[in-house]
Amino acid sequence: MESRMIADRREFSVRGFFLQWEWMLVLLFVAVNVLNVNLSEFYWDFDNLRDATMSFLDKAFIVLPMVFVIILGDIDISVGSIVALSSVLMADLYNHGVPMPLAMVICLASGTLCGLINGLLIVKFKELSSVIVTLSTMIIYRGIAYILLKDQAAGKFPDWFNFLGWDYVAGIPFILIAFVAFAVAFGYLLHKTTFGRRVYAIGSNATAARFSGVRVDRIKIVVFTLAGLMSAVTALFLTSRMGSTRPNIATGYELDVIAMVVLGGISTAGGKGRMIGAILAVFLIGYLRYGLGLVNVSAQTMLIIIGLLLIVAVAIPKLKRSRAKRRA
Amino acid sequence: MNNPKGRPAAAGANAEAAVVPSQSPGGAAAPKSLSAYVAKFRELGLLAFIVLLSVGVQLRNPSFLSWENINDIATNTAILSILAVGMMLVIVTRGIDLSIGATLALSGMIAALTVKQYPGMSPLVALLIGIGIGIVCGAVLGFLVSKVNILPIIATLGMMNVYRGLTYEASGGKWVSAHQMPDSFKSIATGKILGINNLIVIAIVIYVAAYYFVSHTRTGRRVYAVGSNPESAEISGIRSGRILWLVYTAMGGLAGLAGVLWVSKFASAQGDTASGYELSVIAACVLGGVSIAGGTGKISGIVLGSVLLGILNNALPMINVSPFWQNWIQGMIILVAVVINALVKRGIDRSNLMRRRI
Repeated sequence: MESRMIADRREFSVRGFFLQWEWMLVLLFVAVNVLNVNLSEFYWDFDNLRDATMSFLDKAFIVLPMVFVIILGDIDISVGSIVALSSVLMADLYNHGVPMPLAMVICLASGTLCGLINGLLIVKFKELSSVIVTLSTMIIYRGIAYILLKDQAAGKFPDWFNFLGWDYVAGIPFILIAFVAFAVAFGYLLHKTTFGRRVYAIGSNATAARFSGVRVDRIKIVVFTLAGLMSAVTALFLTSRMGSTRPNIATGYELDVIAMVVLGGISTAGGKGRMIGAILAVFLIGYLRYGLGLVNVSAQTMLIIIGLLLIVAVAIPKLKRSRAKRRA
Repeated sequence: MNNPKGRPAAAGANAEAAVVPSQSPGGAAAPKSLSAYVAKFRELGLLAFIVLLSVGVQLRNPSFLSWENINDIATNTAILSILAVGMMLVIVTRGIDLSIGATLALSGMIAALTVKQYPGMSPLVALLIGIGIGIVCGAVLGFLVSKVNILPIIATLGMMNVYRGLTYEASGGKWVSAHQMPDSFKSIATGKILGINNLIVIAIVIYVAAYYFVSHTRTGRRVYAVGSNPESAEISGIRSGRILWLVYTAMGGLAGLAGVLWVSKFASAQGDTASGYELSVIAACVLGGVSIAGGTGKISGIVLGSVLLGILNNALPMINVSPFWQNWIQGMIILVAVVINALVKRGIDRSNLMRRRI
């Protein structure tokens, strides 16, 4: 049996340090870049690499809270639908005369509310797994987006909003700055606060955590609410970059997000993983897609590659563990 | 059925009868809570709801219960319920399969491409090709879930992408449309046996086979044993890995069969065929009383669940409900159904506890 202790400060050993999953990701990241440089002469260009972040960082905002959700041992597959609902709601309100700043606030609020509903349902009905709850809210939230906008697109946002996803601050894309800020905040929350420690405790053993005085329900609600809020943040950036929105926006985002989190070394069994892994995975998959896109690899082939990457990322640690078990 | 978690179904019932000798086995005569009552008559309740819904819709739109429309509902429900049978087996083992829409599309597409290439081929061969591809897809999933120990939701989410991508790759992004398919292939879905549409016949054969499998074969009972308590199943000498593998492979085979039927019925194979259909299938199971916690589920329940969904999908447009409301309504129905399932189970657990003699 592997130990279920929550790692405290581990003793430092050079070998252990370099055997971490995160180093594997760094190596993979280098490999992807080497591959891309060889595939296309246009890849290794600072402006391109910088601007590519604009195209893949939008969903990365959801990766941050999803790390918490998966460390809890849960899953949230409604995030793509929350993006759609809050984006469509914002556009619809704006087109009905609500001022844009207010519509943006409502967008964030509606995402938060969706997440809160997920959290409440999961906590109140413990018999239901988070899979089935978020599966049904996934259909419901996107259903509301369809009710609001039918099969139309909505847009015509003010210019300043359209720049949100495209603008630079001091030569750096605004979305990159925002992502780094959120990533630092979420990393701090996970690794440096009691809240984060409790999330690990629940993920390792929810019953033990409860008996140790951790308010499991409250923490779960907060985590799912954060997932809703960050989905709305994604909605803001995505809508701004697209310039318009449709009810089928962000379809399949949940898969990409979960793939990044799992590739980042966060165990789906709960209780294990670190924020830095997920962040590395975001850039790894982002640049992989960007590089393959440069050499005209189709979206369908990319589907296959991302799907296989997800499977392999989950399978490797399992296979390693079962080999270790056999040896023992 | 709804035993407290962690007790195999049969053992639970016996233990209860032993502890409470004054009551008939199962406690049918005792006064009991409303929820226990609901659980016993779940199928009846579903049936009553279906009848009420039909009568209501019929009053609004008299063409609803016309022979043609009923036939339409039945053939649509046939495909849904074939998939629901496989999904029930998967959910009973505490799993879930999100890849079936993609498996369906892939096998339907490859069957369609084959008949397009060889129009003289017997439709039976096309069916076998579809089923074969489905079985391979399912076996891969079974391997990932049972041998590599990947969570079903992650494994099926990943493979869903792979199978969907392969569907586009196989077709080069093009459709196979009606005029490219020989009539013999299209007749799979339109033909009749003894005056009954093939789809309905196939579905009924599958219900009967599945009923026999889950209630009268040893392997079928093992599926439930693995679902209600994996550890004790393993200790009792059941190789749960093999059961899981079998279940996902069966699901794949049924999805492959459904793929050929789908393509033949709609006379069109597309890259995005049946995308998102897995949600409807899961909804049918949940409506039919299959517990997502595993170990519980009846064929009769899921057939009724599928019929209810089929009627809803058909009836909503007939009473002028905008198609844009359908997603929302379906989602709400799933949510309400699982919440009711949970409440019923709570009530049963509580009344079991109350009847214990201390």
